[in-house]
Amino acid sequence: MKEMICICCPMGCHLQVDASDLSNIKVTGNTCPRGEKYAKDEMVCPKRMVTSVVRVNGGTINMTSVKTSESIEKKLIFDALDTLKGITLDAPVHEGDVAVKNVCGSGVDFVVTKNVPKK
Amino acid sequence: MIEKNLIIIGGGPAGLAAAKAAYDEGERDILILEREQNLGGILNQCIHNGFGLHTFKEELTGPEYAGRYVKEVVARGIEYKLGATVINVTKDKVITCVSEAEGLAKYKAKAIILACGCRERPRGGINIAGSRCAGIFSAGTAQKLVNIDGYMVGKEVVILGSGDIGLIMARRMTFEGAKVKAVVELMPYSSGLNRNIVQCLNDFDIPLKFSHTVVDINGEGRVSSVVIAQVDEKLNPIMSTAEEIKCDTLLLSVGLLPENELSKMAGVELSPITGGGIVDDDMMTGVEGIFQCGNILHVHDLVDFVSEESDLAGRRAVAYIRNGKISKDYVDVSATGGVRYVVPQKISRQTDCATLKLKMRVANVFRNKRLVVEADGEEIFSKKRPVVAPGEMETISLNATHLDKIKKASKVVVSLKEA
Amino acid sequence: MKKIIIIGAGVIGCSIARELSRYDASVLVLESNNDVACGTSKANSGIVHAGFDAKPGTLKAKFNILGNPMFDRLSKELDFPFKRIGAMVLCFSEQDFPALTELYQKGIKNGVEGLEVLMGDKVRELEPYVSDKVVAALVAPTSGIVGPYEMTIAYAENAYTNGVSFEFNKKVTSIKQSGEWIVECEDGSSYSADLVINCAGVFADEINNMVCDDKMKIVARKGEYMLLDKTSGYIAGKTLFQLPTAMGKGILVSPTTHGNILLGPTAVDVDDKACTSTTVEGLNDAFSKACMSVPTFNKRMVITQFSGLRAHNVDGDFVIGMSAKQGFYNVAGIESPGLTSAPAIAVHVAKEVAEHLALGVNADFNPIRKGIKQFSTMSDDEREKAIAENPLYGKVVCRCEVVTEGEIVDSINRPLGARDLDGVKRRTRAGMGRCQSGFCTSRIMEILSRELGIDMQDVTKFGKGSNLLIGRVK
Repeated sequence: MKEMICICCPMGCHLQVDASDLSNIKVTGNTCPRGEKYAKDEMVCPKRMVTSVVRVNGGTINMTSVKTSESIEKKLIFDALDTLKGITLDAPVHEGDVAVKNVCGSGVDFVVTKNVPKK
Repeated sequence: MIEKNLIIIGGGPAGLAAAKAAYDEGERDILILEREQNLGGILNQCIHNGFGLHTFKEELTGPEYAGRYVKEVVARGIEYKLGATVINVTKDKVITCVSEAEGLAKYKAKAIILACGCRERPRGGINIAGSRCAGIFSAGTAQKLVNIDGYMVGKEVVILGSGDIGLIMARRMTFEGAKVKAVVELMPYSSGLNRNIVQCLNDFDIPLKFSHTVVDINGEGRVSSVVIAQVDEKLNPIMSTAEEIKCDTLLLSVGLLPENELSKMAGVELSPITGGGIVDDDMMTGVEGIFQCGNILHVHDLVDFVSEESDLAGRRAVAYIRNGKISKDYVDVSATGGVRYVVPQKISRQTDCATLKLKMRVANVFRNKRLVVEADGEEIFSKKRPVVAPGEMETISLNATHLDKIKKASKVVVSLKEA
Repeated sequence: MKKIIIIGAGVIGCSIARELSRYDASVLVLESNNDVACGTSKANSGIVHAGFDAKPGTLKAKFNILGNPMFDRLSKELDFPFKRIGAMVLCFSEQDFPALTELYQKGIKNGVEGLEVLMGDKVRELEPYVSDKVVAALVAPTSGIVGPYEMTIAYAENAYTNGVSFEFNKKVTSIKQSGEWIVECEDGSSYSADLVINCAGVFADEINNMVCDDKMKIVARKGEYMLLDKTSGYIAGKTLFQLPTAMGKGILVSPTTHGNILLGPTAVDVDDKACTSTTVEGLNDAFSKACMSVPTFNKRMVITQFSGLRAHNVDGDFVIGMSAKQGFYNVAGIESPGLTSAPAIAVHVAKEVAEHLALGVNADFNPIRKGIKQFSTMSDDEREKAIAENPLYGKVVCRCEVVTEGEIVDSINRPLGARDLDGVKRRTRAGMGRCQSGFCTSRIMEILSRELGIDMQDVTKFGKGSNLLIGRVK
């Protein structure tokens, strides 16, 4: 039995999840169907958006920000972050530019979220 | 003296949304004054996602959200100045502004929108005892150093306050290789969003200690440890529960304060509860032609609501510029019974609005309540709230029928009542 | 040329350095911290005492009375903030009338001018927020307020431009006499001199005891303070002292030269002479006692707290003069009214030292020092001119105190300029406002890094070990 807080709305329902059988996950404590779906997704394959920064060379600021183009498996977060180490983009960079392609083979890219013009 | 119809002070999310709305309402003589070197305000350092679900129906990062509004403002050719710090505003709407490029400039505006945002409450504001060494940062300062300047502020971190910036920085520091040893919250509940507690703390097994505070800071050059202790119901530390945590950094996320220095210079009356101006349904302050929107008015939970409020301020400022002085006869709106404040604090009996949103924050976590609006004691609006929390702004949308009743009343009160 | 070493760059060391620069000598100031005014001189009440409190006949009384009237001219010469606002000693009970009268008479005996005792409502006519419980007050119009670190910095800069050398991060570990005096420091450096002046504040006993058989004991007496926001509204126009009562020695409430309100200090003897941390008990004590004088205080008005250590000589009075060892001169135990006395002590010491070493006059001495042009206090015309001359005056860095990049750059590049964040803060007030440097920290760090030619990661809050950053992200 695993406990979790539902984040679908401000209610913050405390969910109890029985995932002894992954094909038949039982959720209690939810007040709406969204809670059940949230709990099941969290048990089967939790995913997160990852945001961070990368260095920029020759820009008005030293760093730009990046995000994963889609959410990635939670267990990949730190490996994904490692792919940003040692990367330097040359200014100008634009929102939507790909900083790292196919992060850890997930099919998801790290894309730039902030324009940095040339100095 | 340069004359302008509308001057907006602040080019963050509030100022940008107000400018866009004012332009779309037909106003062309607009100037935005921004003290930083970029438009977008504090969103530029909020690199995490979670912005824009209401406004754009998609999840954006802070820079992306700001970027959308910057694009809109630039596309409309709205004039803006960067590195331009306003140092004075008078009640006659004369603005003194300084910048490296243009020196000291004076502007006379027909209307002013104050969109200066807020700042963080510092250590001094909460009277934490201890060493005055390096390694104590407000969460936002650390966020700027990490996300914009690209520097790490510490390896082992304790965070005081579970406001959203504190939670976000717990994850951010973890992502950059730091160990966040605890998030310590004075209250028995968090003032941040549940989603941030789950995704920023629980995901990384960072302990969140409710009803605890920092009672001492040790360190000579740099922080070497902090002492935390549980607090009693009166929020006084129970020293027998004191526990020392080794760390090199203490981040403070202990509240935001609307930045109203310019408002005070202009003679704007402020609310002792929100710290922001007292405004009417047009977002106009007690000083005619001076409007407020965004976090200068009251601290919002989501930027989407800042945009919405600022859109209204922008449109109503244009109406004011067109129609000039309108004599207004007001109904006071006050908060009681678990509701800490409500904005706007007054509604004009002459209002031509068909709808109006009241925004408020509650004083504690409550379950199974109703948010109720009463006009002269008569309940004119009620909405069920299974749970409300201080971290989330509550909104009541009033329609024309409600407003008709309000216009006839002598006072309006918003409160929480049993469901 | 005769060589003189001054140990300690607080207000005493720096004022003596400046007065000695009137003479023809080679003067070196050794300071253990990264800047001047890093000890007691940066954290005290900033009061120029009228002189009614000191025991008649003591050095404290003598130099207080001599020092007080020097501030008007000195503050203009050296361009530091000073205001003669007057003070009141509040009396809370008719039972304490004899003590109030005694204070008055002591003041008369010391030669304090203009003293007057006022009764209850007359007191509140002058200071409307004073508690209803106040039954009388001693009013001393010659009392004043001064920016203590600004004064120290001003003295140091003027000394420096008149030829005095300063060395920082020099903790003195031994002093030997072999013909000349040899002063050795922790980092292995050593310096020789014909005469050594001990101005080491709370550590003056350690320095004295390295040399003299006549041992000294200086106790560090901690005083904790709270500083209120400028926008707290009118609270007091004068310094409000409390008449010592059965409840203990009172604390003061005073405007500062920058328009904040200061309350404190507490008085607790501490063992650790480096410990300037604040305590919950101390802050609560200061606050509750301040509320006795002005009941309308609210903790929400507080923007920061700090504490300072007074150098209390267990024998009670200042120690000023040549020790039994010729050429080793003590200026020790300089606690309140030390700041008030400093100008007079400095003149006295310089004169004695000059006579002892038979020093000639420095013909090039220039008594004038100009401070940093302060943007926040300029008129708009002056601001326009300042930006035209230096566009960096148009870049506001500290929003709360309205401090520009022009001032910050000047604070770093001027004689004996700032080398760390706290140094910039003391010279320009950047970071001293209500946000307590939340917004400007990173900007000031960038400016320090650029102007000093050091990496961002080497920028510190107050020198060694107080680095703000630990590395790069990624």
